[in-house]
Amino acid sequence: MRRKGKPKPTSLVLSNSMKQIRCKKIIEQVKKMCMEANFELGDDVLQAFNAAQADEESPIGKEIMGILIENARIAQDESIPMCQDTGFAVFFVELGDDVRIVDGNLIEAINEGVRQGYAEGYLRKSICHPFTRKNTGDNTPAIVHIEPVPGDQLKIIFAPKGGGSENMSRVTMLRPSDGKKGIKEFVVNRVRESGANPCPPTIVGVGIGGTFEKAALLAKKALLRPLSSVHPDAELAAFEKEILQAINDSGIGPQGLGGRTTSLAVHIELFPCHIASLPVAVNINCHAHRHKEVIL
Amino acid sequence: MEEIILTPPVTDSDVGKLKSGDRVLITGDIFTGRDAAHKRLVDLLDEGNDLPFDIKGQIIYFVGPTPARPGQPIGSAGPTTSYRMDAYSPRLIAQGLKGMIGKGARSSEVLEAMQRFKCVYFAAIGGAGALISRCIKRSEIIAYEDLGPEAIRRLRVERFPVFVVNDIYGNDLYKAGLKQYARL
Repeated sequence: MRRKGKPKPTSLVLSNSMKQIRCKKIIEQVKKMCMEANFELGDDVLQAFNAAQADEESPIGKEIMGILIENARIAQDESIPMCQDTGFAVFFVELGDDVRIVDGNLIEAINEGVRQGYAEGYLRKSICHPFTRKNTGDNTPAIVHIEPVPGDQLKIIFAPKGGGSENMSRVTMLRPSDGKKGIKEFVVNRVRESGANPCPPTIVGVGIGGTFEKAALLAKKALLRPLSSVHPDAELAAFEKEILQAINDSGIGPQGLGGRTTSLAVHIELFPCHIASLPVAVNINCHAHRHKEVIL
Repeated sequence: MEEIILTPPVTDSDVGKLKSGDRVLITGDIFTGRDAAHKRLVDLLDEGNDLPFDIKGQIIYFVGPTPARPGQPIGSAGPTTSYRMDAYSPRLIAQGLKGMIGKGARSSEVLEAMQRFKCVYFAAIGGAGALISRCIKRSEIIAYEDLGPEAIRRLRVERFPVFVVNDIYGNDLYKAGLKQYARL
């Protein structure tokens, strides 16, 4: 019941401090990201390609790195997808506590952006029913991970994920006694057994800890870190380096045709786990390591 | 290095000359097919029916391209991972298929069928779909239009660069690469 002459302080405060973001704006931005991510390879990846081309010992591997650099240039110049597998549309969203989405629903807006972006960009629609394999026709539904964060910003990261490298990814529940040695063995073996399948040189995301599903999400999130970055935790930075070295000693090389550059980076994300468990997930990304980010 | 240009239809004698590690430029007509199309082709054979194209001497490229922009024959068109076709390839090889283009290692059943019926496996460069699309001059859907990107297309290619991974003599470029560069 409203009392005469008295304002409603809580609702007033809320409406003043909440930032409103219209779905129309989200749709526009998502559409743009879908296209740009598939046409333009990030500078961090191109730099890694250049370094690999310079360092690669295998002549065929060197040649392949050159071809991938040329491929990225053509894709950007001609607005053609760098790879025909334009991916499952995966989004990581950081939703500020002081943001209010208006004129619609956030996930529906993202799906609409995907629909429009994949149509206008002439991107491949790769999503189908698991049993009938019937294509949904518009590359939806997208996979959307939403994390509430403090502040009044909406950050949307788009990371389209190809099927070839995703198929090579695994989760395992190690015994605590397996320790770091067991983790390294699992990751290195996964990459070795994958051979040429995930389009090396790959980027290897490793999720350690949490629960079964948390480990997988950590591994995927680990892929988002820029390739040139060093892990802020010194022990993990050293562990990443150690695993990368072991992977690159495998000899798989670019496209699996032999060489030194099997992976461009190993990225680890860590989370506490149950006293009984040591979950480990490996999410492999192909060299078409696509991601775009927008802040609204 | 001497250029090897291969033009389908491919004969047993053509196949016999190819060695693991050779770089080959394919010029001519090839057919596309990936998971869903392969299943349908093998289902047809199981039912005793003819395939929608004469597979004898032909090359199948494992690819699901992006849609063509107006005025272009095709979109991005790099290879997809081949092991998913392993369940179907031996049947097609027995029907006279002479070449497959994809990426990644094949099963022992496929390799055996390749040696027995004389068929080679080529690797195209995965993730180089933009660059490869430039070698494709014409594309027409010849079967299974309902499969969208997975429909069977006839592609006219010019100097499409591939590597011979598995020849008919049992050699394997992936294994040779590992042997040369592994530090284990």
